[in-house]
Amino acid sequence: MEVLQLLVSGLANGCVYGLIALGFVLIYKATEAVNFAQGDFMMLGAFVTLGLTNAHYMGLPFWVAAPMAIAIMAVLGYLLDFFVLRHLFGQSQTAVVILTIALGFVIRFIAGAIWGHEPQTLESPLALGDIRLGGVVLGMADVAVIVVTVLLTIFLYQFFQRTKLGLAMQAASQNQMAAYFMGVPVKRVQGMIWGLSGAVAAVAGILFASKGAIDPNAGLLGIKAFAAAVIGGFGSLPGALAGGLIVGVIEPFASRYLAAGYSQIAPYALLLFVLVFRPHGLFSQVRTKKV
Amino acid sequence: MSSLLEIKNATLKFGGVVAVNDLSFTVEEGEVYAIVGPNGAGKSTVFNLISRFYDPYSGSITFDGKNLLDRNADQVADLGIARTFQNIELFDHATVLQNLLVGRHRHRRTTMLEEMLFTPRVRREEKRHREAVEEVIDFLDLQPYRNKMIAGLPYGVRKVVEVGRALATGPRLLLLDEPASGLSVEETQDMRWWIDDIRKQMGITVLMVEHDMGLVSGVSDRVLALADGAKLAEGTPAEVQSDPAVIEAYLGAGAA
Amino acid sequence: MRIHFKTSYEHDIRLFPDWWTFFVYATLIVVAVLLPWIMDDFYLGEVTNVLIWAIAGLGLMLLTGQTGQASLGHAAFLAVGCYSCVIFMEQGLPFLIAFPAAGILTGIVGTIIAIPAVRLHGIYLAIATIALSILTDDLIVLMEPITDGVSGKFAPMITIFGIEIERWTTPDRFYWLVLAITIICTLIYRNLLRSPLGRAFAAVRDSEVSATAMGVHIARTKAASFGISCGITGLAGALMGFYAGAFNNETFSIVISITLLMMIVIGGLGSIHGAFFGAVVVAYLPQFLSIAKDAIGGGGVAIPGLETGVFGAILILFILFEPMGIYGRWMKIRIWFELFPFARKDMFKRQKSYLKTERLR
Repeated sequence: MEVLQLLVSGLANGCVYGLIALGFVLIYKATEAVNFAQGDFMMLGAFVTLGLTNAHYMGLPFWVAAPMAIAIMAVLGYLLDFFVLRHLFGQSQTAVVILTIALGFVIRFIAGAIWGHEPQTLESPLALGDIRLGGVVLGMADVAVIVVTVLLTIFLYQFFQRTKLGLAMQAASQNQMAAYFMGVPVKRVQGMIWGLSGAVAAVAGILFASKGAIDPNAGLLGIKAFAAAVIGGFGSLPGALAGGLIVGVIEPFASRYLAAGYSQIAPYALLLFVLVFRPHGLFSQVRTKKV
Repeated sequence: MSSLLEIKNATLKFGGVVAVNDLSFTVEEGEVYAIVGPNGAGKSTVFNLISRFYDPYSGSITFDGKNLLDRNADQVADLGIARTFQNIELFDHATVLQNLLVGRHRHRRTTMLEEMLFTPRVRREEKRHREAVEEVIDFLDLQPYRNKMIAGLPYGVRKVVEVGRALATGPRLLLLDEPASGLSVEETQDMRWWIDDIRKQMGITVLMVEHDMGLVSGVSDRVLALADGAKLAEGTPAEVQSDPAVIEAYLGAGAA
Repeated sequence: MRIHFKTSYEHDIRLFPDWWTFFVYATLIVVAVLLPWIMDDFYLGEVTNVLIWAIAGLGLMLLTGQTGQASLGHAAFLAVGCYSCVIFMEQGLPFLIAFPAAGILTGIVGTIIAIPAVRLHGIYLAIATIALSILTDDLIVLMEPITDGVSGKFAPMITIFGIEIERWTTPDRFYWLVLAITIICTLIYRNLLRSPLGRAFAAVRDSEVSATAMGVHIARTKAASFGISCGITGLAGALMGFYAGAFNNETFSIVISITLLMMIVIGGLGSIHGAFFGAVVVAYLPQFLSIAKDAIGGGGVAIPGLETGVFGAILILFILFEPMGIYGRWMKIRIWFELFPFARKDMFKRQKSYLKTERLR
């Protein structure tokens, strides 16, 4: 029974990691940029929702606030690409990595300045009560997280397979030059991908804040999510989600069954292990650069 | 007397696609040997096999009697094989001089520790490398660009620098991957003279992949025509150009 | 404008291209040596801090700026250098042996870590080194018998030929020690740049395929770069330990790793000057911010995340508007003056370039 409980809370955490990782992978596939600030996006999304819905701030109903927050984050993502990342075209990957890390610092500082550094909880309808199944106590929030993640994944999958924009994004991510010549407005599509990943980050943030408290340093979770994305293989969306779930599930089990001190290093140890033996992630095919 | 480079029954597959199909040819010491063929015929792939970037599925490659397949990609230069790339692969954030000096890497005799302390021996070696590189600079008329960054150079000059970097290694066999692609008429003419001089003055054997039939028939002794990774025709430039199979491959079945 | 007439190949090999440059740097060193008589102890301590950061910056610069391998985990090597130096001294070794030994040990550790790391590219290397940096904290706690874990260690007194050196009681001697090490590390860096290995680093950075075709062994070159880089960083780590006086598992955190990388980017990737410029920014930013806070009347209020936030913003502005960092800006101003009044406005216009993909397709 205990195992089941650990599994569910691990899966719920894993879903949040997975959603952040999804944001990484979306952007990486489309622009070859790595957004190390994705975790901070998630934090910002959570705080925007919190600011809109908590009684202490604006007090809007949750079901109004959540879509608004998602939209705001999508716009922020697009603007970020428009004003910052587009101008990095042609610079090295390292420059982008460092820039987004710096961006994370800035976002963290701004969030702290607006909402303070004390942990706060989101007044969310998802956070109410527990479900009891036999001897297992499942947090309502945990279940909601898993359900929403599954739904979002199905939605994204359909979006990429069925819609014109989704197909254009796929094309742009596979071969920019070819997509450009085929009439895909590559730059705008890339901006939209940043927007989409902002929206996904907002969803992750809302779910995360429903499960527990949020503070400006919650964005550091992004590093763990990044590890998840790498474990899953950086190039694939399902891989990212799977990586998130693996990391999420490992954590509660490690802290339950391993000695203190060893448990928090488990995800990173796994990451290094994967990088040493499968440098391109668990679920990817190795390709070489063509000359 | 054995050939300088000998490729026997080489086959290479990518997934299900056969890139090079049971290909055999030899390059003799001192000749200019050209490989022609339509896009996707496997010309650059042959170069990448010789450079050991790819492992052939079957077959053998020998250079000067030594089995090339025993060597790693970074040991090929040491045997005396240098190459250029189709889409220029220079060291963009370094000067022309530094690029050419990297070509001398296989002649490096000093250790890391000596170089950290810059002992007199390192200084002597540096001068020796520099002299060798200056010869190449003189040969290719690169003096005005010596201390310029690659990133700011025009395309035509970069192509020449790449040839220079390959020459700086002091090779016996020079692989040129489309030396004239993207060059103007005059630049192509220069390239033609240089290839001639490389062979005649320096005594370096040249194996090149090229689309420009003018250049190919002007400098090469023998030509190999490839299609779908297999040999279509081989002979003097005139023979290959008049070969019906080659004409068909180039102009399509409709013209035959 | 100065024109170099070169009469032999020696000219390009020399440390200083002409007498003027030699004069400038010689003056700089003389001033640096005389500094303890010019400055009071507080500012001398700050300059010492700048130099220590500059050494660490040189270490990372060799790996990131010269070889193109971004490491977000160099604080781990600061930690290895710091702990090993102090532990060696606690075992009774004199500083003059313990200090270089710590550098060499860190270099060896770096090379061992490089063996799997050289196969990783770009972001994979970045994330692996982040993981390394995070693990260091936990490993120091787990290795408590040697490292004293959370309670940390105190740096012992340095004694060289009977002369006692300590950060607080003899700040001038400590400063000279750091200065000497800075000069040695800079010379080693410079020597590498003008020899085959340094060029091989640049070759690996710019194009791995053609470096291979030129006979450069990629893995071995990267491992050498890791080794030397980590060795220099280890020396800086040991000095940081002596500077701080006490340190524990949290001293060399991931934030230090990130700061170090940002520092060399702000300073200017790929140049020795960049390491020094960046170190000045890192060391003086906190002072500057507290002065600025006083000026607007916010005096004693602590704003968490302010330093990193401002630092991040500075970095973003640099990457957007001056990717070559402070060094790039400095060069432009210098050239402008040298050419005066002939400098043209579009002289430094950046060339548009295609996205050069390293993704394997």
